[in-house]
Amino acid sequence: MPSATVAPSPVHASRPAAPARRPRKAGGQKITNNVTGYAFLIGAIICFALFSWYPMVRGFIMSFQRTRRGVTTWVGWDNYERILQDPSFWTAWKNTAYFTVLALVLGYAVPFVVAIIFNELRHARGYLRVLVYLPVMLPPASALFLYKYYAYDPSDAGLFNAVLKFLHLPTSQWMQSTSMAVPAMVLASTWMNMGGAVLIYLAALQNIPGSLYEAAELDGAGLFKRIRHVTIPQTKLILSLMAMLQVVATMQLFIEPLILANGAGTQDSATSVAYLIYQHGFFQNDLNGAAALGVIMLVVLGGFSAAYLRLSAKQE
Amino acid sequence: MTTREQGPRTLLSHTQLTRGKGPAVYWTLLIAIVVIFTLAFIGPLYWMVTSALKTGQEVAQTPPTLFPANPDPQNYIDAWNNLTLGKLLFNTIYYAGGALLFQLVLDTAAAYALSKLRPIFGNVVLGAMLATLMIPAMVLIVPQYLTAIDLPILHISLLDSPFAIWLPAVANAFNIFLLKRFFDSVPQDLIYAGIVDGAGPLRILWSIILPISRPILGVVSIFAVTAVWKDFLWPKLVEPSPETRTISVGIYAFAGGTPQNVVIAAAVIAAIPTVIFFLIFQRSIMAGLTTGAVKE
Repeated sequence: MPSATVAPSPVHASRPAAPARRPRKAGGQKITNNVTGYAFLIGAIICFALFSWYPMVRGFIMSFQRTRRGVTTWVGWDNYERILQDPSFWTAWKNTAYFTVLALVLGYAVPFVVAIIFNELRHARGYLRVLVYLPVMLPPASALFLYKYYAYDPSDAGLFNAVLKFLHLPTSQWMQSTSMAVPAMVLASTWMNMGGAVLIYLAALQNIPGSLYEAAELDGAGLFKRIRHVTIPQTKLILSLMAMLQVVATMQLFIEPLILANGAGTQDSATSVAYLIYQHGFFQNDLNGAAALGVIMLVVLGGFSAAYLRLSAKQE
Repeated sequence: MTTREQGPRTLLSHTQLTRGKGPAVYWTLLIAIVVIFTLAFIGPLYWMVTSALKTGQEVAQTPPTLFPANPDPQNYIDAWNNLTLGKLLFNTIYYAGGALLFQLVLDTAAAYALSKLRPIFGNVVLGAMLATLMIPAMVLIVPQYLTAIDLPILHISLLDSPFAIWLPAVANAFNIFLLKRFFDSVPQDLIYAGIVDGAGPLRILWSIILPISRPILGVVSIFAVTAVWKDFLWPKLVEPSPETRTISVGIYAFAGGTPQNVVIAAAVIAAIPTVIFFLIFQRSIMAGLTTGAVKE
């Protein structure tokens, strides 16, 4: 049995071998295969049904219902109207959009540039990779308390203010300032999360054939032209995929306002859509309103995905 | 190390780096980059660990001190005792270990069925699982919570039960996808050889597929453990009692009435297991991260 010694590698994923070698399969055996197949699947299916599929349907239905003292009635669009009238609704969307845009500029461009630089280094690459990924492994609550108490301490004893003062730059109130709250959250969140993106970009950069760079060089392309005409086109697929994932992730901004700003922050300056869902669902006892807000969030994200798919289809 | 081996060609050519001013520029930039990234990524962690060794007075001092004047582990001791960190750590390990076990058994079985047994409508099931990746967790949090406190049909509440963390952990489409893709690459000939030898589906999974799938099982295990360790909102909702909390939730719950330095000391203690875990498994973690992402 020589083939048994060959360990399969996920890179060479191949279709199953030719059907000619398959042992005979009578009709009866097909049924047992289905039964055993589902016997192996049943545990996962139950968990998905309970905690993913059913909640999806239930959230949608709930958003058109109202439960008061155990009695559930259909109320049409009432929950949506109530959510839209929440004075925090538009602020939450404004903050979330601002956070998403800033996070795209910072959290999306920075890891790509960092990956390009790392990929050029011939030394210390392993060390740097471990370094940027280290914060990803920290429990977010730990990292955010660090930022809250030390980095964003509004007095001059805070880490960032001490550095700013040392450089003779104006210090900031950070989370207590209405204008700095969102940028401060983006900074902390980028520090915590960029490691994953850097590693993914690095792997993508290593897949670019060196001959392309050589050819570009022979054509007289300088450094920036090589980045524009070789690096970016060659990583376009992963770049656009990561942009989409990033939007989905940043839309869920929740733990940053909860810990850094004790919730909504000064005058709602740090509140987010996800935080509003939490507030309606678990503080105001308005589970139906929270479900409606969830549906709104999903629709907005769906709109984004549709726009993204159209854009990427047009580019092809 | 003055001679560097010629790696694969990247943006800059080997010649550009070795001729003329190349080496000088390269080394200056390399040192600058290493220093900047060390400051940016280790700096805050150093600050965190050492500030927790300072007294409250010293922390409030301007300008801040770089080294604690009288390093005092009292904050760490207070954190451990006052926040019952031992209990919280145990809870978190228990949840993470259980989630790992449930995922290894149920997700591996599911991926094996989808990859090799291929029952009727298997692709529909896989599609429905993968579709959950598109739904942000926040959208489902309310209906998920309502399901957990009153399970359909059975009408039991999972509140404060470890199953409230273990069962949802199984509904992890990404891990099932990773496993299925690896199982797809196991040559079908091996399976037929097993069938000819009279092995049943369970025996084939156990004796043929699992032994060669160790790398991917490692990756999935790491993902399973870190996901539970880092999770915050879900454990906050479903394990609300002080006796059943996870460490992140416990620190958050105590933060209000506890001195800042003690909270930070607790945050350091909460981070130590994951950091050690990462340093041990960093190769598999990094490999696993990119197997899922880069492959078109």
